[in-house]
Amino acid sequence: MAAVNEGGGRLGAEGAPPLLSIRELRVEFATDAGPVPAVRGVDLQLAAGETVALVGESGSGKSVTAMSVMRLSEGRIAAGSIEFQGRDLASLPEAEMRSIRGGQIGMIFQDPMTSLNPVFTIGRQIEEVLVLHQRLSARAARTQALELLQRVGISAPASRIAQYAHELSGGMKQRVMLAMAIACRPRLLIADEPTTALDVTIQAQIIELLRSLQQEFGMAVLLITHDLGVVAHFAERVLVMYAGKIVEQGSVRDVFKRASHPYTQALLAALPDPLKPKKRLQAIPGRVPSPSMLPPGCAFCARCAFAFEPCAEQEPRLFEVGPQHSAACFLREGPEKSLSGSGEG
Amino acid sequence: MSIPVEPVTPELAPGAARAAHADAEALGMAETPARALWRAFRRDRLAMLGLYVLLASLVVALLGKLLTGFWVVFDPAAVRLPDKLLPPLSAASSAIGKDLLPPFHYYPFGTDELGRNVFARMLQGAFVSLSVGIVAVGISLVIGVTVGGLAGFYGQRKLGPISVDSLLMRFTDVVLCFPTFFLILTVVALLPPSIYNIMIVIGITSWMSTARFVRAECLALREQDFITAATALGLPPWRILFRHMIPNAMAPVLVSATINVAHAILTESALSFLGFGVRPPYATWGNILADGRSYIFDAPWLFLIPGAAILVVVLAFNLVGEGLRDALNPKLRKRVG
Repeated sequence: MAAVNEGGGRLGAEGAPPLLSIRELRVEFATDAGPVPAVRGVDLQLAAGETVALVGESGSGKSVTAMSVMRLSEGRIAAGSIEFQGRDLASLPEAEMRSIRGGQIGMIFQDPMTSLNPVFTIGRQIEEVLVLHQRLSARAARTQALELLQRVGISAPASRIAQYAHELSGGMKQRVMLAMAIACRPRLLIADEPTTALDVTIQAQIIELLRSLQQEFGMAVLLITHDLGVVAHFAERVLVMYAGKIVEQGSVRDVFKRASHPYTQALLAALPDPLKPKKRLQAIPGRVPSPSMLPPGCAFCARCAFAFEPCAEQEPRLFEVGPQHSAACFLREGPEKSLSGSGEG
Repeated sequence: MSIPVEPVTPELAPGAARAAHADAEALGMAETPARALWRAFRRDRLAMLGLYVLLASLVVALLGKLLTGFWVVFDPAAVRLPDKLLPPLSAASSAIGKDLLPPFHYYPFGTDELGRNVFARMLQGAFVSLSVGIVAVGISLVIGVTVGGLAGFYGQRKLGPISVDSLLMRFTDVVLCFPTFFLILTVVALLPPSIYNIMIVIGITSWMSTARFVRAECLALREQDFITAATALGLPPWRILFRHMIPNAMAPVLVSATINVAHAILTESALSFLGFGVRPPYATWGNILADGRSYIFDAPWLFLIPGAAILVVVLAFNLVGEGLRDALNPKLRKRVG
């Protein structure tokens, strides 16, 4: 616990600027009916070497946030800044952005099956990154690619390097994707649902691999997922997103033990418990509101069991519920702080 | 202790060897896309027949270029008036000077109205026909792939009031509306009649279908995860377009290119037939056919031989194109699955 709090304390408090600092990020998608916000004012700080998980349902804006860091989102960054090592990625020229992509920020995606080019060998794809960013010679790139394949746990890399994507299994493809993402030793790795498309046993292997690579290279990891189990095992801090906003953030331990936002509580309650197989899974009633028709107040209001007067009219800001732990819910405003912990019921 | 170990070792060895073999096989099966395509193509008998004919005619064309260029008895322009209009397989008459005697003193395909060796002329024409077809399609591929790739990749980008896509594709539509053959006739009539002009003119009037295929493929590929992944690795746009998208878009292009070669050969023959093609002393299948037209009843071989050659080569290209189409289709399905 102390270590986690210290991890949180690294952010700004000790003067060292965070590696990645997203402030008031707002991303809009142009539609026929006008701009629709997918991300509505997200703040996120990531220290060097830290693992932060961004959790939420489909459509909560977590992937859009991650893609916006890489400036790969179709949406327009309407407001806010994305500072990476002191530079604002939101306004960086495209050419400089390209040297950051793959060079200083690596990214892996949800579906490794379709993330590799089918007409080139995996070796050529890894070498391409090395030649591009590190200006290696073809021979040096090949040696390095072999080492990378070995490092991500691919057996017989010397023969695998000449194979095509369709000859590899899903887990192996994700390993290859990882090899490409870490080829230039990025400071930050964005993992956009890296295990969603994989078997459970492979998921654990990939998470273990991610963890060991992170320790070896000292890179920060921004993990996008809806799998709370992965979060619990891998991340230090967690941010819960709902309808384009962060509704709760804190250390994994705090958020899991003392979930303070009704949405987080509902998410945790919806997890299947292997010890109680007969127990009915608790779905959250209702649906995520469409980003084009958001209510004026709290976006979770209509599905919330605890909604009261201010919820429908006013949007709650993040209220402090503990050290480095906050939730955007009026229940946590001021004197009612004592309510925190009701999630354990 | 050592006694039970010994019998175990030889038992283990074949097992391990088998495992190693299976592993090597699994790894050694590394099938390049080209090899997979060849395996599928080989099953199509007609396409294979077409391929053999094509390879044979390529050899003949190259051989023809060498023989007619460097061996005087094969000179397709050599006039032997005493031997005019001889049917195929007739022997040279004794009136022919020694330096003009055809090889083995025979005319395999007969002679024309000036006593020129039709076999030699056909050889020379083979090179013209095939090179015109291949070079013209090469030019059309370069234009078509570039236009289609740019339209598909940069389509959304605006140039003033219209998008790149609309600009390029409407231009393609306009070119498609040209009556191509008459355009070629006009251009060729204005330009000096050379084989290079014909290649270029056919090339720049036949790229439209390629452009459309490539654009359609690129539009679909843009949304593919591996293109997003390539962008996330910091690859510059031109590299993504030309190294990652276009190789993936080549399947339908390859098919249409093969069939376009047949078209180009036909167009060249038609131009030469009409007298707008290659300058007359130089033989092409089209102008041999045109010359034979006047002797259609007296010397039918003069139009039958070049006509059959055009038919066979065009048919062979079409068969190979169809075979490629069939071979590429199931592979595309497999690649997605």
